[in-house]
Amino acid sequence: MVSKAATEYFLEAPPRINEWRRFIRVFFKRGIVVFGLVILLAMLFMGIFAEWVAPYDPYENNLRSSLAQPSADHLLGTDNVGRDTLSRLIFGARTALIVGFTTVFLSAAIGVLLGLIAGYFGHFLGMLIMRVMDALMCFPMIMLALLVSAVLGGGMRNVIIALTFASVPIYARVVNGLTLSIKQNDYIMAEKAMGSSSKRIVFGHILPNSLPPIIVLITLQLGSIILAEAGLSFLSIGISAPEAAWGSMVNDGYKYLMSNPMLSISPGIAIMLVVFAFNLVGDGLRDALDPRLRGYL
Amino acid sequence: MTIYITRRLLQMLIVLAIITIVVFFVMRLMPGDPLYIYISRTGNLANMSFDQIEELRVQYGLDRPLMTQYFDWVSGVFRGDFGDSVMYNRSVGSLLKDRFPVTIILGVPALIISSVLGISAGIIAAIWRDKWLDKIVTPLAYIGITIPVFWLGILMIYGIGLKLGWLPINGYTSPFDDFWLSIRQLIMPVICLSVFGIAANARQMRSSMLEVIWQDYIRTAWAKGLTQRTVILKHALKNSISPVVTLIGLSVGIVFGGNVLVETVFTIPGIGYLATMSVLNQDYIVVQSVTFIMALVILTANLIVDLTYAWLDPRIRYD
Repeated sequence: MVSKAATEYFLEAPPRINEWRRFIRVFFKRGIVVFGLVILLAMLFMGIFAEWVAPYDPYENNLRSSLAQPSADHLLGTDNVGRDTLSRLIFGARTALIVGFTTVFLSAAIGVLLGLIAGYFGHFLGMLIMRVMDALMCFPMIMLALLVSAVLGGGMRNVIIALTFASVPIYARVVNGLTLSIKQNDYIMAEKAMGSSSKRIVFGHILPNSLPPIIVLITLQLGSIILAEAGLSFLSIGISAPEAAWGSMVNDGYKYLMSNPMLSISPGIAIMLVVFAFNLVGDGLRDALDPRLRGYL
Repeated sequence: MTIYITRRLLQMLIVLAIITIVVFFVMRLMPGDPLYIYISRTGNLANMSFDQIEELRVQYGLDRPLMTQYFDWVSGVFRGDFGDSVMYNRSVGSLLKDRFPVTIILGVPALIISSVLGISAGIIAAIWRDKWLDKIVTPLAYIGITIPVFWLGILMIYGIGLKLGWLPINGYTSPFDDFWLSIRQLIMPVICLSVFGIAANARQMRSSMLEVIWQDYIRTAWAKGLTQRTVILKHALKNSISPVVTLIGLSVGIVFGGNVLVETVFTIPGIGYLATMSVLNQDYIVVQSVTFIMALVILTANLIVDLTYAWLDPRIRYD
């Protein structure tokens, strides 16, 4: 009975309130990080409440007002079939965020699990997993996505599958490295000596200790995924009209570059803003969670 | 070192084998019969009898077990026989022979620019941390990694090509045919392709340099009264040179990935543009071959990086 109290004493979490306060203080210290967070929240708001925020229906054709220049009626003008560009941009935020979040959570879940297995159990299985990841890392992300899209075709679901396929190895590699180093700690040895199951060690100790870098990686990856989705949609291989996606909007507006430059330029600005914001917040999280990661993530 | 090289080469062979498996079997996961897609693109499916289709199936070896087909494909690839393109109606090998040099002419300058400029910018930003140069370099690098390359290409076409009329907006001419036209056509694509690499390299270089700058031996070097030049070039740079090698290796992948978009924006007939067009035209054998070639180049680059790394830093060899 005494031993139980003792283990509880040692296993007790470190004082959390200070940690949390420190986190908040460091995170909000830099104005630019807060700026990134504000952009993100605004984008999230627009994405979720697109129906109410957008001034027009993004799918409604109106040939009488096609290719209108920016005016009070249409702040950013209209495209070749008369759809309001601003409304399509707002609905595009929804598309980008859905693809970004779904892909990142799917690939993080798979990648983290593979990394944990490979790092903790090692041997042949670990070797095999990591070599497969090495092989996938040899493909440029957009090329792997192209390969998968070539097989499955376009559309949001297939873009998500393609990008997940391409980004799993990044998580697996990072988590594998973390697991290998955390495994060396004395408290893991102690857990093993106490006869804890592998499941308990992996999910009770190794995973929680690897969480800060994983969270940072996820945030930074959100930006990369949105950039990659825009690239695929630009190549007409991802999400295409009438769906509102920023990448395909840049491509569709390309033809009217001389007469209506805003058609192509405005979605590009939207992509940049979101990716910029995710990177800022990711860097802010990194500095607040674990400054030692600077230069690694 | 010999042991390390042998082990690394063995690893590379395993990875290469997995790459061939991924490329081959992903294409075979395709819903539908590859033969029907082939016929519907080349001939008239309705006019063909069942026997004729079966004959074609035997002709293309599609009646044999999947594993046999896989080994056939692999042995073909290593003899330079990738199969035939449906869209271009010629062998993929000869198609690649035409297209690959174009990608090299576009990619190598971009690789050099992004390594040299990125690394120097990173060093400058690290040395004068929080001074005005750093305050220019760091935000620019931030913008560089977030700007979509295809959009940057379009902006350049709009501003420099259409509005100012300084440079041709698309196309490719071999430098051996018309050197100056070729250079003028390459300026925008090369800049476009280099931007992400410059920015990513500058960021990484800045942080690895900053890590080294706080080490004790750097302080000792300053304390000895060495000049700034000596401290930076002989002590700090020498110790952060390993990340530089890694960066150059990573840039190979960045340039190849970016190529797909940049070549498409500027209609440059390299392998990136070929890949896009083949996906759009369902020319699967070409997609498969281009993907494989790109992975092979990056794998080789990674191997060179690892070996250089081990040569520069003996500690690596023993882990």
